[in-house]
Amino acid sequence: MLTVNDIHVYYDNIHAIKGVSFDVKEGEIVTLIGANGAGKSTILKTVSGLLKPRRGEIRFLDEPIVSVAPHKLVSKGLAHCAEGRRLFLQMTVEENLEIGAYTRDSGEIEDSIADVYDRFPRLAERRRQHAGSLSGGEQQMLAMGRAIMSKPRLLMLDEPSMGLAPILVEQIFDIIAELNASGTTILLVEQNAQMALSVAKRGYVLETGRILTAAASADLLNDDLVKKAYLGGA
Amino acid sequence: MAFLSYLISGISLGSIYAIIALGYTMVYGIAKMLNFAHGDVIMVGGYMAYMATTEFGWSPLPSTLFAMAVCTLLGVLIEQFAYKPLRRAPSLAVLITAIGVSYFLQNAALLLWSANPKSFTSVVPFGTLRLFDGRLIISGTAMFTIIICIVIIVGLSAIVHRTKVGKAMRAVSEDRDAAQLMGVSVNRTISTTFAIGSALAAIAGVLLSSAYPILMPTSGAMPGIKAFTAAVFGGIGSIPGAFLGGILLGIIEILGKAYISTQLSDAIVFAVLIIILLVKPTGLLGRKVLVKV
Ligand SMILES: Nc1ncnc2c1ncn2[C@@H]1O[C@H](COP(=O)(O)OP(=O)(O)OP(=O)(O)O)[C@@H](O)[C@H]1O
Ligand SMILES: [Mg+2]
Repeated sequence: MLTVNDIHVYYDNIHAIKGVSFDVKEGEIVTLIGANGAGKSTILKTVSGLLKPRRGEIRFLDEPIVSVAPHKLVSKGLAHCAEGRRLFLQMTVEENLEIGAYTRDSGEIEDSIADVYDRFPRLAERRRQHAGSLSGGEQQMLAMGRAIMSKPRLLMLDEPSMGLAPILVEQIFDIIAELNASGTTILLVEQNAQMALSVAKRGYVLETGRILTAAASADLLNDDLVKKAYLGGA
Repeated sequence: MAFLSYLISGISLGSIYAIIALGYTMVYGIAKMLNFAHGDVIMVGGYMAYMATTEFGWSPLPSTLFAMAVCTLLGVLIEQFAYKPLRRAPSLAVLITAIGVSYFLQNAALLLWSANPKSFTSVVPFGTLRLFDGRLIISGTAMFTIIICIVIIVGLSAIVHRTKVGKAMRAVSEDRDAAQLMGVSVNRTISTTFAIGSALAAIAGVLLSSAYPILMPTSGAMPGIKAFTAAVFGGIGSIPGAFLGGILLGIIEILGKAYISTQLSDAIVFAVLIIILLVKPTGLLGRKVLVKV
């Protein structure tokens, strides 16, 4: 579904991504893990078109997408739930969901909104409230709800568990598994490597702009190096 | 009674400022730039309506629509050719370009229509209203201008809050990248904003020329600057702020002229602006965005 081939991404002169290749197949959950500054968010931004790689190729659904504008990728079925949620804080909860479905006909989004409220009942109670007035956890729910409003085929999530209480983290990961079970392919970026690897089928470990290891989740969970660096020791 | 009549002329002048200020504030809010050529688009609107009435012999309504169509196109072209290539440039470069566009429009008008003032025929369909045995006189132009301003503000609020285009505008205004990730085309949204702002500038041009029927290539400059002030006054980026700022500016200007000094009226306006900004740096209705981490 997604193939990234040897991309190099720069911020002016900073060489942030130094030849990264990976792929995500239809129906999978794949995770990218790595320390702060490894380049995880940069990779997602490059896939969704916000950044252009200086070299390398990205194919989505068998089409090269490096030169496609970000807004056009959304209607092709790519959704990117960005780091830090990036909600429209001055819009209401419901308006955020509506704009999430911007690429769809306004006639058919009613059901999708109901579906999001089903998954996140807290949002239904706050539908007329400004997104800026939600708690951090509620904002994260809204960010995920908004991302699925476009009915993506591939959903890229950048640290969905950031700053959430453990019980909410569990809930977010349950929803990720559910979304995947209902047919959405997922590329997950996480600091919480334990959780990410427990839900993902495969994982890539990223270090300073390069891929260090690629393996099935079970293998990564048992890998001594990964254990030491990302799973908190032993 | 005199006070009431000054107040009404103030509101009427303020309505024109408000319509112009809406263009400034929308473009600032969405494209994050000060379009200093906006005032000159007003002047082009005035000339277009003038040409349509005198040379084509059209009646006021089609003439105004013609002016709106030309200005819409002009606004979109200016954005496309002058500002779009600078989307990632420092804001100072964009500001200087905008000033360049402003002079370009003024000089083009000088070339096309010469510096000789043209006398504009008012488009206003109402006569003067006399109330209280003729003690309160309200000009048709004043009433008409106020009504049009109210219609515009209601219509614009409906567009911004109820339509898909309006939601896209608010999204781009808050977070351009996030809007793109929703599938919103930033270029198209900015283009639409310029189109709406310029159509409003044409209306303002026609109303202004109806109230002060002397049209020159520099006719748009001063109202443009005052309306920009009004937008800052109300809180730049805020639509209700532009409305409030425009109306207040008009009232202060007219009352200042009437009761304090004709020569100092502009100085009074700016003095009030400075005081407001000292007390509330974001303008009357401007707000600081709170970011939750
Ligand atoms: N806008 C930017 N300008 C310059 N350098 C940047 C910018 N954004 C990121 N970088 C640099 O690129 C590298 C990768 O950053 P990136 O945000 O992709 O890391 P990350 O893996 O997502 O980290 P985190 O886990 O902290 O979110 C870092 O060294 C960072 O300093
Ligand atoms: Mg990151």
